[in-house]
Amino acid sequence: MLLAVENVSHRYGDLIALNSFSMHMNRREIVGLLGPNGSGKSTLLRLLSTISKPQCGKVEVCGFDAAKHPQAVRARIGVVFQTQTLDKLLTIEENLLACGAFHGLSGRGLIDRVRQVMGQLGIAERRHELCKSLSGGLQRRAEIARALLHEPQMLILDEPTTGLDPVARDDFWLAIEGLRERRSTAIVVSTHLFEEAEKCDSLILLSSGVRVAEGTPEELKATIGGQVVELRARDPQAALESLQSQFDAQMRLIDGVIWVEAEQAHRMIPRLVDALPGEVLSIGFHQPTLGDVFRKMTSRERAAVSV
Amino acid sequence: MMLSAAALAHRELLKFWRDKARVAGFAAAPLLFWLVVSAGFNDFARFYSGSIALALMFSAVFSNMTLIDDRKEGFLAGVLVTPAPRAGIVLGKVVGAAALAWLQSLVFLLFLPLAGLKPGFFGVLACLGILAVIALLFTLVGFLCAWRMPSTQAFHGVVNMLLMPMWMLSGSLFRFGEAHPWMKTAMALNPMTYGISLLNESLGMEGVFSTLLSLSVLAVWTTGLFGIALFWVGRSDHATA
Repeated sequence: MLLAVENVSHRYGDLIALNSFSMHMNRREIVGLLGPNGSGKSTLLRLLSTISKPQCGKVEVCGFDAAKHPQAVRARIGVVFQTQTLDKLLTIEENLLACGAFHGLSGRGLIDRVRQVMGQLGIAERRHELCKSLSGGLQRRAEIARALLHEPQMLILDEPTTGLDPVARDDFWLAIEGLRERRSTAIVVSTHLFEEAEKCDSLILLSSGVRVAEGTPEELKATIGGQVVELRARDPQAALESLQSQFDAQMRLIDGVIWVEAEQAHRMIPRLVDALPGEVLSIGFHQPTLGDVFRKMTSRERAAVSV
Repeated sequence: MMLSAAALAHRELLKFWRDKARVAGFAAAPLLFWLVVSAGFNDFARFYSGSIALALMFSAVFSNMTLIDDRKEGFLAGVLVTPAPRAGIVLGKVVGAAALAWLQSLVFLLFLPLAGLKPGFFGVLACLGILAVIALLFTLVGFLCAWRMPSTQAFHGVVNMLLMPMWMLSGSLFRFGEAHPWMKTAMALNPMTYGISLLNESLGMEGVFSTLLSLSVLAVWTTGLFGIALFWVGRSDHATA
């Protein structure tokens, strides 16, 4: 077991950020954390990266208790934050050399290691450029290089592709998957991009500090039976009530669209249209996506917020 | 620990070198103050120590402004997730910033002949040492202010409120012996008074307190503030990312 989080709770004043949360992770695993803003993802990652101490419960990385032996944990994790941590007024190489020194590397060993990591991430030619003059994609790569300097066993990535264009994002994921293949690094990544979540081995869906679903992307999508029919009607609320009285299927109203789980959508659609004469504006269906799972699992939450 | 401290201090100096405009003003204003006031009183020696101290205090405290940026921009969080010892982080940041402040205050020494002071070689050496201690002390003051401060604007406000009285009550403006009794008490509580006393002594003027007492007071203050800084950095919850 590489990571064990047991019954961790954390609050900021009256606000409960994490509520009795547990998770476990092995080597080579890529675990994605999905959740709306304020769901507790960032708090969890702060706890894993030893920036905050858990107020309640236990975080163990490689067998070390993060609260009691933070130094041992820090030596084994690499963290890529949402924000830039490289000094903009220093070059890539100067930044990495400084960071290596924080990890206790020095002399020839440090220089060789910095060169090696820069080579791996394709930033070696740009090493003498100041960080402020780099593009967003290169800056992110330099950030990963920083997190990899000490060959960590676990990488913690907090929305690492924020602000990247699609090509840079693909590059980033190639680097991450390569790392897992070569070094069996375990990776925990928070994201709100479903496309990225698809690349994870397993996903944890968080909402209000509680885990609402967990599984591989396929397992999660399978929690939606069959397909998803999306129906727009003149009066969505009335249409929903009318449909609920006539059909025995999972239905909910999300952002003004009626959302029906149907085992055989192509048969269901004509019946739905017939049931609402003159009311339907548009109707269609698609195979379930992670986005659907996410909307389903967090819809109660959002309804509460909109009231 | 030394490795992390050296890396951080090196970074401060590198940044300073690349961003020279940042600090050019700190020595200029106290120099102008010294020239004008000294010419006005027609006594160039009297305000000399106080003016160096003024330049040093401000540049030492304000060189910590980068700490607020480090915290906001995430650099600090990047350091705190590494196993770098917390003492090394404080030491590196403080020594780097203190060295910069110290270097800037050296401009004043070029004006020694104009002040009519002849401290001799060992006097200058002692003066350099004392300036380094004062720089360290005030860098720590700045470090502690910057660690908690939400913005550079707030930092400016608080620091000015703290530094001006400390400077005015240090014996830079008026002599300790001539002050009102309650003023004397306030001055005796101010670590800067002891710094000025030492500086005056090293430059061949009269010090208010004995060298040993002054050095001890400065050492106790510096160590105490370093301890507080260490304690705060250890509770790293305050770093954002």
